Amino acid sequence: MTSPILEVRDLVKQYPGVTALDSISFSVPEGVCFGLLGPNGAGKTTTIEIMEGILTPSSGEVRYRGEPLGSRFREEAGILFQATALQNFLTVRQSLAMFRGLYAHGRDIDELLKLCSLEALAERDNRKLSGGQLQRLLLAIALVNDPAVLFLDEPTTGLDPQARRNFWSLVRAIKAQRKTMILTTHYMEEAEILCDVIAIVDRGRIIAQGTPAALLREHFAAVLLELPRADVPAAARTLPLQMIESEARIEITTDDLDATLRTLLEAEVPLRNLRIRPPNLEDLFLELTGRELRA
Amino acid sequence: MIRRLLSVWHARNLEFVRDRGTLVFTLLLPVSIIIGMGFIFGGPPRPLFKVGVIGGTAAAHGDTFLHTQYVQFIDIQSAAAGLHAVRRQRIDLLLAPGRPPRYWVNTDSPKGYITEKLLLAADPGAQRAPVSGHAVRYLDWLFPGILGMNMMFSCLFGVGYVVLRYRQSGFLKRLNATPLTALEFLSAQVLSRLTIIVLITTVLYLAVGAMIHFHSAGSLALLLLLTVLGALSMIALGLTIAARFASEELVNGILNLLTWPMMLLSGVWFSLAGSPKWVRWVADALPLTQLLHAAREVMLYGAGIGTIAPTLLYLGVVTVVFLAFGAWSFKWRI
Repeated sequence: MTSPILEVRDLVKQYPGVTALDSISFSVPEGVCFGLLGPNGAGKTTTIEIMEGILTPSSGEVRYRGEPLGSRFREEAGILFQATALQNFLTVRQSLAMFRGLYAHGRDIDELLKLCSLEALAERDNRKLSGGQLQRLLLAIALVNDPAVLFLDEPTTGLDPQARRNFWSLVRAIKAQRKTMILTTHYMEEAEILCDVIAIVDRGRIIAQGTPAALLREHFAAVLLELPRADVPAAARTLPLQMIESEARIEITTDDLDATLRTLLEAEVPLRNLRIRPPNLEDLFLELTGRELRA
Repeated sequence: MIRRLLSVWHARNLEFVRDRGTLVFTLLLPVSIIIGMGFIFGGPPRPLFKVGVIGGTAAAHGDTFLHTQYVQFIDIQSAAAGLHAVRRQRIDLLLAPGRPPRYWVNTDSPKGYITEKLLLAADPGAQRAPVSGHAVRYLDWLFPGILGMNMMFSCLFGVGYVVLRYRQSGFLKRLNATPLTALEFLSAQVLSRLTIIVLITTVLYLAVGAMIHFHSAGSLALLLLLTVLGALSMIALGLTIAARFASEELVNGILNLLTWPMMLLSGVWFSLAGSPKWVRWVADALPLTQLLHAAREVMLYGAGIGTIAPTLLYLGVVTVVFLAFGAWSFKWRI
């Protein structure tokens, strides 16, 4: 790991009657994709907006390359918000050119159009773009200053699966250029594909932090068995197994698959709908909080 | 259907009532217009004729003519200023008190003729000194007013609504994440709107001026400078309103509260010469009043930069103050 490009120290954000962030601290090494994971309302966007310098914390601070956020940070940061409207009646190229003009250094517009697969749309009015196309334009705008650190706040929320996968491909291409990225998401697949390090945020606090693989190793010794809730009779739910019940299913964590299957068969639990899979980040969140991530 | 209609009706009413700023302005605007109009147009009957008195009415207290009803007597400091006013028919007669009194009357003015009859009825020995000169056509007098009013609406609403829309859509929040400062953003808005307004006003001046056969008596370059400073001051005023608020109805209310008094008090349609002093004091503080007064001096009477320098200075100062306040109070997000 290299030295941190961003340090978040004891961030607290309070609104009347609500503590949105409760003393959050972490650091982001240069060149990694850092994921902030959590359900809606967990404090991800508040954290990232304070890190972007557009929201003031009640206490605590964010440092960029060892210094408080200032003009250097604004020149070197690229930002993609959850939702951003652009100026009406401007084409894709004109929108990019407008933002390019706000920075001292940056990328060539044609290069950006190519990178974000917008060449064919360059002269199109940005109001006539689809959701996926608009998100690619907003990503291009975030890259217009060739940023050292790129913030992506729930970048694929609202996109269809195809557009989401296309967007991931773009982000992976940018990641290959060793850009530091801060990503918030509640899509576990997105975090697993894109993030090197994650912090799981819940109710304004970080409840786990590390690489996805290390976190999964730390919290899950073995595999997960998944059964529809309806297939597990009430008596079987008291078996001496590590079970987590949700509305539709029951998950069993085990490091001795054979013994667990025998126990289930003896309890006359039908196994025709059984799924066995390795644990993922969604399971990790469930394990840590007892709640589903998208609840 | 009625239930759905009532449901939406109720929700919209709640939305409106809970937007306190808008509610206050919705109530305040008509009340202030009624009070304002009452002060401007109320009071005793207006005088029918205007007579300038050299040295002031105090110096001529024994003159019986000064007690004539429905004649407004205006203090004139110098004979030259008084003669200029008679020639332009801004006053109907100029009186120099004394024994016998002397008076100047414009032989081209019908109201001057009647005023002279009134004077001679009161003081048959008064000595006559005729002058001539045509009154300014109302159309020519109105022309700067219409151009100025058009500029005012374009400045206030054009800038105010655009910034509001940018804030509501989150575009300002996105700009906030760039190196752009509030002052740079506001200055860019000012310059953009200024460019548009100067171009439009120039086209209107040339086109309408040709239609009504209007020729400026003064310098067009000076008029352009005045247009730029006048527009700047009103754009900056619009930006101070749009700098903070996020409610469309509230901004609309405040803009109306500004534009209505400017329409009525700034001398777009008629002169406020006979209005109460405090009305004129309020009117003089408005950028549009300053702009129109100076524009008429240049366009109708050929005034030079020396004459309108105080106005240019005032408009410049107002612009800087409004812009600085706008930048200081600016909010990027809702």
